[in-house]
Amino acid sequence: MTQKPAALVIGAGIAGIQAALDIADAGFPVYLVEREPSVGGRMAQLDKTFPTLDCSSCILTPKMVSVGQHPNIELLTYSEVVAVEGEAGGFRVTIKKKPRYVEEEICRGCGLCAEACRMHGRVVDVFNQGLGKRAAIYVPFPQAVPLVYTVDPTACLYLTRGVCGKTFKCQDACPTGAINFEQKERFTEVDVAAVIVATGFDLIDPRTKPEFGYGVYPNVITGLEFERLSSASGPTSGKIVLNGKEPRDAVFIHCVGSRDPHTGAPYCSRICCMYTAKHAHLVRDKLPNARITVFYIDMRAFGKGYEEFYDRVKEERVIYRRGEPSEVYRRGDRLVVRAEDSLLGRTVEVEADLVVLATAVVPRADTPAVAKLLGLSLSPDGFFLEAHPKYRPVETARPGVFLAGCCQGPKDIPDTVAQAKAAAASALVVLHQAIAK
Amino acid sequence: MPMDIQQHAREIGLGLDLFSCIQCGKCTGGCPVSLTTALNVRSLVYGALIGEIDGPVHREELWDCTCCFTCVARCPKDVRPAEVIIALRSLLVEEGKVPGTIGNALMGIFRQGNPLGYAREDRTAWMDGLGVKPAQEGCETLLFTCCSSAYDVRAQAATKALVRVLQAAGVDFGHLGTEETCCGNEVRRVGEMGLFEMLVEEGKPLLEGIGAARMVATSPHCMNTFRHEYKLGMDVLHYTQLLARLLDEGKLNLTGRVEKVVTYHDPCFLGKQNGIFDEPREVLKAVPGMKFVEMDRIRERSLCCEGGGGRMWFEGTNTEGRLAFQRVQEAADTGAEILAVACPFCMAMLDDAVKVKGLSERLKVMDIAELVAMAL
Repeated sequence: MTQKPAALVIGAGIAGIQAALDIADAGFPVYLVEREPSVGGRMAQLDKTFPTLDCSSCILTPKMVSVGQHPNIELLTYSEVVAVEGEAGGFRVTIKKKPRYVEEEICRGCGLCAEACRMHGRVVDVFNQGLGKRAAIYVPFPQAVPLVYTVDPTACLYLTRGVCGKTFKCQDACPTGAINFEQKERFTEVDVAAVIVATGFDLIDPRTKPEFGYGVYPNVITGLEFERLSSASGPTSGKIVLNGKEPRDAVFIHCVGSRDPHTGAPYCSRICCMYTAKHAHLVRDKLPNARITVFYIDMRAFGKGYEEFYDRVKEERVIYRRGEPSEVYRRGDRLVVRAEDSLLGRTVEVEADLVVLATAVVPRADTPAVAKLLGLSLSPDGFFLEAHPKYRPVETARPGVFLAGCCQGPKDIPDTVAQAKAAAASALVVLHQAIAK
Repeated sequence: MPMDIQQHAREIGLGLDLFSCIQCGKCTGGCPVSLTTALNVRSLVYGALIGEIDGPVHREELWDCTCCFTCVARCPKDVRPAEVIIALRSLLVEEGKVPGTIGNALMGIFRQGNPLGYAREDRTAWMDGLGVKPAQEGCETLLFTCCSSAYDVRAQAATKALVRVLQAAGVDFGHLGTEETCCGNEVRRVGEMGLFEMLVEEGKPLLEGIGAARMVATSPHCMNTFRHEYKLGMDVLHYTQLLARLLDEGKLNLTGRVEKVVTYHDPCFLGKQNGIFDEPREVLKAVPGMKFVEMDRIRERSLCCEGGGGRMWFEGTNTEGRLAFQRVQEAADTGAEILAVACPFCMAMLDDAVKVKGLSERLKVMDIAELVAMAL
């Protein structure tokens, strides 16, 4: 690393990746901290992206590789920021590196350990939204950066029960001797001049809207689950198959939890209208004969190329019906979505064997803790508060700390990248000022 | 004559804010009678908002609403759609445009304190020989019997069973006797605001004057209005809540066996409106020998029996497509021999439906209190 002032970027989804790349390309060192085993964030989970239908992994993976290889970026994955002291131009940051129980420098990512693991095929695959199973030692997805295995401390037999047979099968299988159960968490301190917060978002638990039967009926899934189902790298290799069957009738439901003060998401989540249109397109693409119905309250297709995409999807024989469904129940072996079609002024029952819920974008559960750590404020919706909603949209009330992406509020990818670039530019101002000092 | 429902709603204290409605249709989409009748509450909210509902004309479907409050529970914007129907009904009541059977029920309550119009002196006939203490002598728990629980022959059996259970558990309870008067829950919901206010004004001091620590109501409907509209200065429990507590505290011991397959129908006023889903199930599961099975539509997705909101006294505009018919079939399809209920209105609607649908050989409707009493 050079002696130039450095930046800290917290979170390595598309926002953090883009901000880190811009600052690093400008010649300043960047510490990019990600709490998961790999960079990539939510975008790595997506199949296609609206409205251009680019494959999400295909446009994201090169950027992931870039942050992994950039000479000015120090990547700290499976790590968390635990303390930030000081002020703009001179922050001292403490970072906790969690034990992977795998030596990053030695692991070659061959995967023999996972095949040998006694828990192989038995651990809920979080990256695949629970639609698949993996081992207790894993990489979240094949394009992971770094391509290094991690032992899941909540699933590993040795780490949870203290025993795993006479010898560790993963260690026996590893050709490089990378697995090390003696690893402990480590703390490092770094000095940075600016901080960019890019911690992303969660999705609301659809069980908060019990009328939709999520968790009761396996054929009721969330939009993010649909992404994994549709993704070529997902558990079904991109086949739209539920319980071994291709759906004939797919129903999509907008605004599940959004625009609803009771769920804590009184706002519009901004991405659901468009990703649902994309989902409808994907179903049509893969299941030409399926009947596809989208229930909406108000259609919001505001971005560049969005209305045109909505037009295209409708022309692909997707039926848009106005009305928020009120209930899902079973009739025989099929589901029934009950809604008022408010344009007809009549209640209808639409049979379905796939129901996809467009769940609200909500702040990460630990946002208040992160806010406390960084001395930031939250807006009433629970996302990080910007310094001014119009003129200082990426700054916070704490000088030198900037926001990028959905941690500030729901955003699509173009807006997230734009904001990440704005945050990088704002951070670069501070970095340059720090040189002058 | 166009009217300002917002103004009217404010006058009758509903505090409705129809302007926040986004016309999403979630209310009508979930309304149990929206598939079988002309009632469209979303459209009524819109009509009221823009002033396009012509005067309090007689719209028969307004009386179809069961006041299950599914619309209220699911409205994302706190519009309280069913309250619009209640407000419209109240305008009809003011003009005397009320279905005759509802008018008779209101008259019965006004004159005799019960909608059936039976003599007030007969309100306690069901408790002859049961040794129920007059509440006026002081008691820890005030047992409030719904008019149905007191007068309806089928419901009386459940009331008697509940008394036996409470006695077995050693609960110190009393009853108001013939002073007990209709709670008025349905009175308010059919829009008779004047009579409802009178019932509250007279009932509240009477009930609170007993000095009991808690009230236990046989009906979720009574419980609902005592909790939310009387705002009584005592705990108001549904009897299933009390039974669950007694079981939990080890005061109620069930030793008999009821070797039956049982399913349970959630009353709207207990479940959807007051969030009491677990206690009735806990009580049923505590009965030895019983096999408990669930229907598909349960808890927040339960299907209304159509007995609320004045529908006990009004057939509705669609007598063929009764939801109770559908409900008892759903219960029978689970293989259950007994459909357990926790509300005298559900008891009446579902018991009737079992007979009409010819399911009597397979399915029996029983109150939870009766099943518990069988296991004493």
